Amino acid sequence: MSSSAATLKPVDIVIVGLGWAGGIVAKELAPTKLKIVAFERGIPRDTAPDFLAPRIHDELRYNARHELVQNLRKETLTFRNEPSQLALPMRQLGSFLPGDGVGGAGTHWSGLQWRWTEWEHKMYSGTVARYGRQFIPADMNLQDWPIDYHALEGYYDRFEKLCGTSGKAGNLNGRKIDGGNIFEAPRKSEYPNPPLTSSHNMLLFEKASRELGYHPFPTPAANASRAYINPDGVAYGPCHYCGFCTGYGCEVNAKASPHFTVIPLAHQNPNFEVRTRSTVLRVNLDSTRTRATGVTYVDARGRERIQPADLVILSAYVFGNVHLMLCSGIGRPYDFQSNTGVVGRNYAYQSAGGCGALFPAGTHLNPFMGSGALSTWIDDLNGDHHDFAASGYIGGGGLSSGSNSGAPIGHHPARPGSPRWGAGWKKAIIDGYQRMSGIGGQGSVMSYRQCYLDLDPTYRDSFGRPLLRMTFDWQENEQRLMENLSAQAQKIAHAMGAEEVFARRGRRQRYSIAPYQTTHNTGGVVFGDQPDTSALNKHLQSWDVSNVFVLGASAFPQNAGRNPTGPVGALSYRLADMLKSTYLKHPGSLVHV
Amino acid sequence: MSTKIPRGLQRRSLLRVAAAGAMAGPWAFGKAHDMESAAARSQATPAASTTPVYTFLNVQEIAFLEAAIDTLIPADESGPGALEVGVLVFIDRQLGGEFGRGDRLYLQGPFAEGTPEQGYQLRMTPAELVQAGIADVNEHAIKTYQQRFEALAPDGRVTVLAALEQRHLELPNVPAEVFFEVLLELTQQGYFSDPIYGGNRGKASWKMLGFPGIGGMYADKIAEYRNRPYVNDPVGIEDML
Repeated sequence: MSSSAATLKPVDIVIVGLGWAGGIVAKELAPTKLKIVAFERGIPRDTAPDFLAPRIHDELRYNARHELVQNLRKETLTFRNEPSQLALPMRQLGSFLPGDGVGGAGTHWSGLQWRWTEWEHKMYSGTVARYGRQFIPADMNLQDWPIDYHALEGYYDRFEKLCGTSGKAGNLNGRKIDGGNIFEAPRKSEYPNPPLTSSHNMLLFEKASRELGYHPFPTPAANASRAYINPDGVAYGPCHYCGFCTGYGCEVNAKASPHFTVIPLAHQNPNFEVRTRSTVLRVNLDSTRTRATGVTYVDARGRERIQPADLVILSAYVFGNVHLMLCSGIGRPYDFQSNTGVVGRNYAYQSAGGCGALFPAGTHLNPFMGSGALSTWIDDLNGDHHDFAASGYIGGGGLSSGSNSGAPIGHHPARPGSPRWGAGWKKAIIDGYQRMSGIGGQGSVMSYRQCYLDLDPTYRDSFGRPLLRMTFDWQENEQRLMENLSAQAQKIAHAMGAEEVFARRGRRQRYSIAPYQTTHNTGGVVFGDQPDTSALNKHLQSWDVSNVFVLGASAFPQNAGRNPTGPVGALSYRLADMLKSTYLKHPGSLVHV
Repeated sequence: MSTKIPRGLQRRSLLRVAAAGAMAGPWAFGKAHDMESAAARSQATPAASTTPVYTFLNVQEIAFLEAAIDTLIPADESGPGALEVGVLVFIDRQLGGEFGRGDRLYLQGPFAEGTPEQGYQLRMTPAELVQAGIADVNEHAIKTYQQRFEALAPDGRVTVLAALEQRHLELPNVPAEVFFEVLLELTQQGYFSDPIYGGNRGKASWKMLGFPGIGGMYADKIAEYRNRPYVNDPVGIEDML
């Protein structure tokens, strides 16, 4: 094992995982001339030749067989709903689809690009201030971010301009603007591109929700509504609304992705190197276990290699970051019995809660004209924009209607109750294809004592490491949230003129890892002000090993009712700025408690 | 709606793909490749035969699946059936390829049944699952009806498939509903996927649904066609190469 592993020439910085987080940090740090090596477990990919039309418009390959997603044969996790159960491996992909390869999930995402609201960065203190401490359930590990929205505003702005985000401001320097999201935190500048063009069902949703007193707006989309050159000089093509977006790479670089933006810019510096097909097994520590000496990785041929480095930045997907911390013995592993320890604590996910809607015969929704993030949204029931006491839960969710894809393996909707096969099924899908749609719901998930990540005692990955073990279920707070979100969605669908409206959730169900839900997993290596409830300080620096930083949605103490990529990008810029301005000049612990 | 293409053409394109597949990998031995090509050349004479070439499934499995997919997606006045658009060619290739071998599945033990929320927990690859399921269902059909599944009248096939779906059958090797769901999923994937994979010949299912295929650029159309029919002869990947 490690005794036979070759030790390579030391470098200054190692980055583990080359998606949005690792890509932004690489691009920002590469001009320092420090020697940087980025490790990516997957293969190199570029728009040409990997994402060119027509081959990229292959629904079987990319959306059904998940070409751009983690291969579970190599790495997976185990899952159970509660600590008393035996966790079993996730043997096939379902609930979420972590990315793999250069660009990470940034190549195959939809492009919904949010700034989280002020409350969403301060869920604990914001909730206590309005509803009191006793409003928070005893098993809920509700925590604040150690920084607020205003510390991130400029970084959110940079990330939007990097991505060419299409949208409409609803709160410019405190001035509320009709047609934008009036609930958003104040922004200093407008989106770099105007909103995308709405489809028919989006206009129906906009009109109906407005009539019901809500405030609809175009969802901020990292799908460029026009040709755009970002501040780094990277050119975006205009979105074609081709309907092959979520799950696919974009052949015209209209969907923002690190593979054609930040990563090539990092490569312009000869001191930056990427090692693909290379899986980092662990961060190595010195004998005091307070300092990282580098990483051990396995290359494509299966050779173990030791890469010494002064600074290690973990920027893998949520599960990769938590797994590496646990496998490396950095930070105390979380123990749910005593509610102590920090690594694996505060794992959260996202809740659903929309409805199906059948519009009158003769309606033409043309679902194949669309893009990944093309939708109209309301935030009235999201964040803390509603009364938690009246709603009966903490948190919220967004409701939306969009046009994303008409590709028929994934999209052949039928009126619920129709036959699932045979002649009756054929009639039902022909009838449903142009008039069956729905309202999507995306809800927050709070963190709980009994929802966490640790190492599995039985199962191992292809490298011989214990698999990560997930213990997670919907709790009462989220069950209520989903019920309310679904009920409100049904009212809007009726107001849109739907002939029939269908609840997507019947009786209360446990969380299942089998059906796809959302790739918005959060937590496990959260940042905070207290070392007993967070693995990282406010600079995303390990409390215990000061030359290890952990970047990504793994830092979020809870999940919001909106996509996590916006704050991941903002935190990446903030980390890079701090490293350049402070840490690299004076390495060491940045926060003392 | 006429979605059929001349049978001779179907036959030729099928063999062309089979021959190309044999050449693809670095492990394709010259001799086997030469034999495949020779076979392809000799059989590619027009209208010599209408029998599709299957490379993975055996004749009993083929017979079962022909009957099963014809029941799951039958031909009728609303559109073509799975069988006539090549879905069995699709399933044969999928099961014989990386999907069938479980290339992206975690199949290490130990194995336990688990809860429904824990998802797939069998140790079988998709190909093993389908092959075991076919054997199991045929055993049940012979015991109950004294004939194989494919020999049953249409009503009898529907009864058996519905019993699988509803978990009313206890089979010796595979959980009935797991087998059924894999069968249904593969059949629908073959019916709807791009024709390059052997099913959806003539883009027949796309025409049936009104899906214009994979070549659309709608930036200047999405507003114009709001709530209006957009009619287009579907385009597949091969049409754009």
